[in-house]
Amino acid sequence: MCLAIPGKIIAIINEDPLMREGKVNFGGVVKNVNLAFVPEAMPGDYVIVHVGVAISLLDEKEALQIFEDLKQIQALDDSLGESQ
Amino acid sequence: MKYIDEYRDAKAVRKVADAIAQITIRQWMIMEVCGGQTHAIVKYGIDQFLPKEISLIHGPGCPVCVTSVELINQAIAIASREDVIFCSFGDMLRVPGSEKDLLSVKALGGDVRIVYSPLDAVKIAKERPDKQVVFFAVGFETTAPATAMAAYQAHRQGLNNFSMLVAHVRVPPAMEAILSAPHNRVQGFLAAGHVCTVMGYIEYEPIVAKYKVPIVVTGFEPLDIIQGIYMCIRQLESENFKVENEYSRSVRREGNLAAQKIIQEVFEIIPRKWRGIGEIPASGFGLKPEYFKLDAQSKFGVGSISTDESPECISGLILQGLKKPFECTAFAIRCTPEHPLGATMVSSEGACAAYYQYRR
Repeated sequence: MCLAIPGKIIAIINEDPLMREGKVNFGGVVKNVNLAFVPEAMPGDYVIVHVGVAISLLDEKEALQIFEDLKQIQALDDSLGESQ
Repeated sequence: MKYIDEYRDAKAVRKVADAIAQITIRQWMIMEVCGGQTHAIVKYGIDQFLPKEISLIHGPGCPVCVTSVELINQAIAIASREDVIFCSFGDMLRVPGSEKDLLSVKALGGDVRIVYSPLDAVKIAKERPDKQVVFFAVGFETTAPATAMAAYQAHRQGLNNFSMLVAHVRVPPAMEAILSAPHNRVQGFLAAGHVCTVMGYIEYEPIVAKYKVPIVVTGFEPLDIIQGIYMCIRQLESENFKVENEYSRSVRREGNLAAQKIIQEVFEIIPRKWRGIGEIPASGFGLKPEYFKLDAQSKFGVGSISTDESPECISGLILQGLKKPFECTAFAIRCTPEHPLGATMVSSEGACAAYYQYRR
């Protein structure tokens, strides 16, 4: 029910603050999405969309964090492997 | 798709699972709060990657499942009226009320429509001034901004033929209800990433302090979930409890302030009855007095419909993590997705439906 998926904004089609709307591409499927809660989002940005409304602007730097953590786990593994 | 595929990399998931096995010493029970996470765990078999010391308990996090039978009966009463176009998310149509469901109302000629967004219901109300359009507003905090936006737009546009049957629920009071139950077995939580996208996680900090449990805000892809479990176990083994944020690409500590503002504009916090659990104080959103004319319950006089729940279904125990679907005698025999006895079998995110689909 709380399903929300990331999509890329390709155009802003309504600038009225409460009705702010854009076209968002979800892997090839383009839908109109309400952007009132992500006033800073611009074409090219990724947003998380739930029931036709964007609830967050995706943070690209944070999105990479988990892969940094993985590298650390790998490094830890390697050093453990060497000491054994 | 970007931001999806890379979080489904099996090799990466396995690597985190190995790391979990290395740090796990004692037995732990972790609850994933959200039904979307339950679905992903069972679908991808994430629990099977975990060391045997770790058990996952499936939480109450599906608003479809926890909507009370009496609200379903009220929805059915409203949807059966000839002057009404009744709009709902698809999942709600097959949730059994006392005698029938919304789908059978539609089969009997009722104008019951599935909408993708609450804003679509407002659009229908504008196009059909000859009809009363009612939206069945079900959801957690994730959905509340969209519902509030629909109420706000209808109110501002002076739409007299639009109203909503509000069933909105809030997650933190339910987590507290689980933790304070005498038979509680939950030692740590994966909090629902999209609820926290809207609300942030400041309100979870007092829960951590009071109950000494880790709460890890977690996303929905396999790598998110396994990483959330890793962070949770790391806290449990070191007995250092805090709110951590695994889903930082979407969740900020303060949440989405613009979305919270419209929730506060339209809704107030009220007690809410949860199917299978009972009433939990402060666990719901209801319309504020300024928006009362959008309240379908009073508009159609259905507020007095109240109902007791069927005794056979154990969905209440399942929603609290006290039983698994297999432990129900009706599971997959008298209770199937085609003929559900209770809500956890109806919604695709319900624990019983997930087990039925992937684990028989």
